[in-house]
Parts: sequence; C-alpha cells; structure tokens
Amino acid sequence: MTTLTVNGTEYPLDLADPRVTLLDALRDRLDLTGTKKGCDQGACGACTVLCDGRRILACLTLAAQCDGREITTIEGLESHPLQDAFVRHDAFQCGYCTSGQIMSAVALLGENRAGTDADIREYMSGNLCRCGAYSNIVAAVREVARHA
Amino acid sequence: MDFLRATTWAEALRMKADRPDATPVQGGTDVMVEINLDKGRPKALLDLTPVAELTEWSVESGNIRIGAGVTYTRIIAELADRLPGLAQASRTVGSPQIRNRGTVAGNLGAASPAGDSHPPLLASGAIVEAESVDGTRMIPVGDFYTGVKRHALASHELIRAIHVPVKRGPQYFSKIGTRNAMVIAVCSFGIALNAEDRTVGTGIGSAAPTPRRAVEAEAFLAGNWPAGDLDPAVAKRFGELVAAAAAPIDDVRGSSGYRVHALAVMARRTLGWAWQELRNGGRS
Ligand SMILES: Cc1cc2nc3c(=O)[nH]c(=O)nc-3n(C[C@H](O)[C@H](O)[C@H](O)COP(=O)(O)OP(=O)(O)OC[C@H]3O[C@@H](n4cnc5c(N)ncnc54)[C@H](O)[C@@H]3O)c2cc1C
Ligand code: FES
Ligand code: FES
Repeated sequence: MTTLTVNGTEYPLDLADPRVTLLDALRDRLDLTGTKKGCDQGACGACTVLCDGRRILACLTLAAQCDGREITTIEGLESHPLQDAFVRHDAFQCGYCTSGQIMSAVALLGENRAGTDADIREYMSGNLCRCGAYSNIVAAVREVARHA
Repeated sequence: MDFLRATTWAEALRMKADRPDATPVQGGTDVMVEINLDKGRPKALLDLTPVAELTEWSVESGNIRIGAGVTYTRIIAELADRLPGLAQASRTVGSPQIRNRGTVAGNLGAASPAGDSHPPLLASGAIVEAESVDGTRMIPVGDFYTGVKRHALASHELIRAIHVPVKRGPQYFSKIGTRNAMVIAVCSFGIALNAEDRTVGTGIGSAAPTPRRAVEAEAFLAGNWPAGDLDPAVAKRFGELVAAAAAPIDDVRGSSGYRVHALAVMARRTLGWAWQELRNGGRS
C-alpha cells in the first residue's frame, strides 16, 4: 500500500501495477484533474507539480516513488498571486498548459530566478504553450516577481 | 511487474543481486519515457530514490565523488566552480523540471551517444564507481561506453558514484540542437585545457556509436600549448582532427556531413573561448 500526500491530505493507494504514474494516480484515482497530460513523455510541462517544494513532472514520476513525499498540485494553491496575474494578463487561451505553467512559475519564484525577462523565459522553458501565450505568461510572472 | 524500493545502498545491492533483471530507476527521466510509451516491459523496477547515501557528493583525493542520486540542478548550483565543464553541460539538459530529477548516473545508465554529460566526463577523465555485492570496480569513463546504448556494467552491478577530477584550467561545452531547451544534441563537444600539466581533454557527443575522445586532436593541441594569440592555423587543424575522430550517421536529427562540419566549428569555437580564458588567467 502506498500513501500519497497531496495538498496536505493523505490518500492510501493500492497500486497493483507499479507502472502507474503520479499523473495518472492524481487524475484517475484521486480525481484531481487540474494537473494535465499533454505528452506523457516529459516534453511539455503540462503535468508540472511540486514534490517536497521542487517542480517535477508527474508523468515521469511513479506514484509508488512518492510515498512519504509532499505533493502540491494546482488545487493546493490558495489564491496565489500568480493565478490572479495570469487572469489579468490574459496569460492563456485554451488554458490546457496553464496549471503546469503556474506550478512551474510558483517554483521559479522560490528559486529566485525571475530577475529578468530572459531569465523567466529560460527557467520557464520546460513549459510549452501551444496557443503561444508566452509574452503574457512572462508579463504575469514578471509582475508577481517584482512585487514579491 | 515487481516494484523494489531500496532504502539503503546495501539493500539496493542485495536487491540487484537477487533480481539482475530489475531496471534501476533514479530520476526516471529516461526509464519513465520508455514505460509510458510501452517500449519493453521491465520484469521489475528498482527504485533508488529513497537511498540517501546516493544524494551526496564529497571531495576525495582531488576528485569530486558525485553520488548517483545527485541531480543536474545540484551540480549546477553546488559544483560549477570546481567542475565547470560538467556544470555547463548540465545546464543544457532538458528543462528545469528534468534537471530537478535527472542525474549523471542515469545519463551513464542510458548510455545514449547523445547524452550531454559524456563529453565533459571524457574531457576531464572521469571514473565510474560500479558496485555489486561482489565489490567495487573503478571504470574509466572511456571504457564505460561499449556500444549504442550499451555500457560496461554487469547485470548485478549498480553505479554508486562518478569521480570527476578537479583540474585547473578552462573547460567548455558546446551543443547543437534545434532550439534552446529540451533538445537532444545533434552533436556536442567538450574541451578541457589542464593548466597544471599542460594536457588537453576532449569529448565528442552524438557523432559516433558511443561518446568518444578525439585523441589525436588532444595530442596536437598539447604540443601547441596556448601562448600568445591563437594561431588560426592551429584552431583549424584542431577542428579538423576533432572532426576526423567522429564517425557519425545520418538520422532524423542531422546528416553525417552536417555533424562532421559542425564538430569542427564547435571545436574551433570552444578552443577560442578556452584559449582566451587561459590568457586572461580566469573566466573569459
Ligand atoms: C523531455 C526530456 C528532455 C531530455 N533532454 C536531455 C538533454 O538535453 N540531454 C541529455 O543528456 N538527456 C536528456 N534527456 C534524457 C534524460 O533526462 C537524461 O539521460 C538523464 O540524465 C537521465 O537521468 P535519470 O536519473 O532520470 O535516469 P533514469 O531514467 O532513472 O535511468 C536511466 C538509465 O540508467 C539506469 N540507471 C539509473 N541509475 C542507475 C544506477 N545507479 N546504476 C545503474 N544504472 C542506473 C536506468 O536503469 C536506466 O537504464 C531528456 C529526457 C526528457 C524526457
Ligand atoms: S505530460 Fe508530463 S511533460 Fe507533458
Ligand atoms: S493556453 Fe493553450 S496551450 Fe497554453
């Protein structure tokens, strides 16, 4: 039996097949569908979550590896200033990449790497946006970084 | 499929001895892609992430001993001053999320000719510490790669650490890809000018069945050790010798001809940076 701790809540999980990823466990077993599956191979960032405070890709992490770790998903943010900034800056179109973008940006602020626009672009480069909302995403992250 | 979770290194070695068919998982950034794409189902997975010993690095007789669980993010943050070549290559791996999980040990375990850690490891003469219940083997990294995605580990062995010599002198890494992030190298090159003993190290990535050194280019440059301005003829010859050491193929990422050309360019450029740094007596 594996215990997943997500957003402070413990969920016991029976993983008959150890290949279950954290991403599938969140979406299909825990009904936390805020975390998105874009590529399932580490290339898009839509599944970004925090594990013990660091950003990781839920699609490349086994649920069974997360026993004893603290997972934070988009559902665990309590009206974070980034969420508000994304809305005001219109930092999305379809919204599919947005939870991954926001989780990645939350970690980025903690890493103190949002000094310049070039830094924001570099350190957000693991999150693709098919709708091309990049300049507004940078604007949202910049604003929150300046006021942090 | 069985899931084995080692909590100590001793336990990991015992599990691997009992189950030589188990696939070790460190950061999972290679293993999980294969699993999600259902490319071959391993009989068992051996999770090494709980093994705390692996996440440490230490200084040992002039080398940095990097535990198999030390991530790229930590190499960049903690070792860039002592291992500049490896840190530069680490910065180009995947994305911040990939670097938070991915490791040099995993790069070695995958043994892809395109892995970014290989050129700096070759250029600085790194040694792989392999261990099993039978004991420890120290494998020079040049002997570690045995073929495309093949390596010298026995089925009951695991990588414990990588020993990278700390050397005075410039080290540079250059990589060609289709964009700036999350990209597998079309080809790559690493150079180290070891100021202490005036030797040269090189490493070529993604341009032969395995990562490899350009041995003749190293000897040529050591015989023309930097003094004064870089003679364009020396740079050109160095580039030619690096390109001649490669044996690339045509594939989806690039043609063989392009790779040979690009290697000569990268060799000249990195040499230019390194030469300049040596003249300035520090980072250029
Ligand atoms: C989107 C994306 C982008 C990427 N970009 C790059 C890139 O730019 N450059 C690059 O070089 N790579 C890249 N990779 C590949 C991968 O991230 C690297 O190869 C990384 O170094 C693998 O490390 P890991 O710890 O995640 O390995 P894992 O996936 O855990 O393991 C990789 C292999 O090593 C074996 N292994 C792991 N630990 C040990 C051990 N201690 N002893 C013995 N065998 C072991 C595993 O069984 C497996 O065969 C990328 C991957 C993805 C998904
Ligand atoms: S779904 Fe995980 S990176 Fe794309
Ligand atoms: S808003 Fe559509 S993918 Fe980013």
